[in-house]
Amino acid sequence: MSGAFAISQSDKRPMYLQIMEQIKQRISVGDWTEGQSIPSIRQLAVDLQVSVITVKRAYLELEREGVIVTQQGKGSHVASTPGLGARLREQELKRHLEQASRIAALLGLRPTELEERLREAGDRISEKETI
Amino acid sequence: MTDVAIELNGVGKMYPFFSLSNIDLQVPQGQIMGLIGPNGAGKSTTIRILMGLVHQDCGDVQVLGHRMPAEQVAAKWDIGFVSEDMRLYDSMTLGWHMSFVQSIYVRWDAAYAQLLLRRFGLRAEQKIKGVSHGQRVKATLLLALARKPKLLVLDEPTTGLDPVARHEILRELTDVMADEGRSVLFSSHNTQDVEQISDTITFIDRGRIIDSMDKEVYLDRWRRLRLEVPWGVTLPALPGIIGVKQDGRLAVATANAFVPDLANAYESSGARVHSIENMTLEEIFVANVEHSREEVEA
Repeated sequence: MSGAFAISQSDKRPMYLQIMEQIKQRISVGDWTEGQSIPSIRQLAVDLQVSVITVKRAYLELEREGVIVTQQGKGSHVASTPGLGARLREQELKRHLEQASRIAALLGLRPTELEERLREAGDRISEKETI
Repeated sequence: MTDVAIELNGVGKMYPFFSLSNIDLQVPQGQIMGLIGPNGAGKSTTIRILMGLVHQDCGDVQVLGHRMPAEQVAAKWDIGFVSEDMRLYDSMTLGWHMSFVQSIYVRWDAAYAQLLLRRFGLRAEQKIKGVSHGQRVKATLLLALARKPKLLVLDEPTTGLDPVARHEILRELTDVMADEGRSVLFSSHNTQDVEQISDTITFIDRGRIIDSMDKEVYLDRWRRLRLEVPWGVTLPALPGIIGVKQDGRLAVATANAFVPDLANAYESSGARVHSIENMTLEEIFVANVEHSREEVEA
């Protein structure tokens, strides 16, 4: 169930952030569904060969964000919030847009130019998909 | 999780050219503690003291509830110890060693020993004489692990191993952690190994403990801030910043007690904060040793 997790040491982000991100990805692509139970902290630590404290931190932060719920003695599960996967995809889009806006500002692009670039990028992708 | 596997209080040991002083250390049950520090820092001496192999001049040592060195015989039933200088009998096979250890320790798990043989790529009929360094380390680890000890103490278990062997060993150590009642203390130069698998980190340099805490808290306190300093602006000295390197208008500040206010303080002094980066344990190791030595010399 946690086979495809890959924690990378060349990734500059701390391991707990990588674990959080990969759990969110599983939820956003629908592999882990709302209300589904997920590995215990200790089990995921053993599977990923990382320390218990690192997985614990990832779970705590995910709990704070309302993505998962941990019940004493019962383990953890994905939050039963309807549309959680969609919400996580929405967050990801927002993050990428903000990143693009920051880079655009550094390049001195006006908002209308950025809009134009975004349209072009969309065109390129749909071209690729039709080929 | 309130049970303590290892506890050292005010432990000291004097040698003619080296002394270990005021060592306080606590390893809670169910955790992995990584002991890091430069060569000659006192890691092995600390391990030898808690194993009862070296007697401390002062201070208290308790391991699994036993006072050391006085009760070391009782304590050792439940401790698996692996170090570089452990001797196996060269002319005997690994299988002979396995039966020997099995005859002493009742908790020996023969099925687990067979599993470890396969996982480590070892053969019971091999004589110790002909095996490589890596295989020898894996053999001693197998002998310790198959006893299912409550506490594993490993002195530099991954030193001199190839990446595959290192990962095999890390995997076994993290597997042990599936059982909440077991604990591991290991020393290493390899900061990557320590960063990956330990719950707490203890940093030793020149016979003293510099830091000992929860790994996540520890890594989180350290940051590298990349700054742009316009002409005429002087960077203020801020608490929590242990070093600033400046070259022209660019500067890099290293924080060992990072809070977001530090970045705000730089901004209000007129500098621009370009980025705030996490640091790897390796980078922290070097910065910390340099910093603590400067403090001692100052």
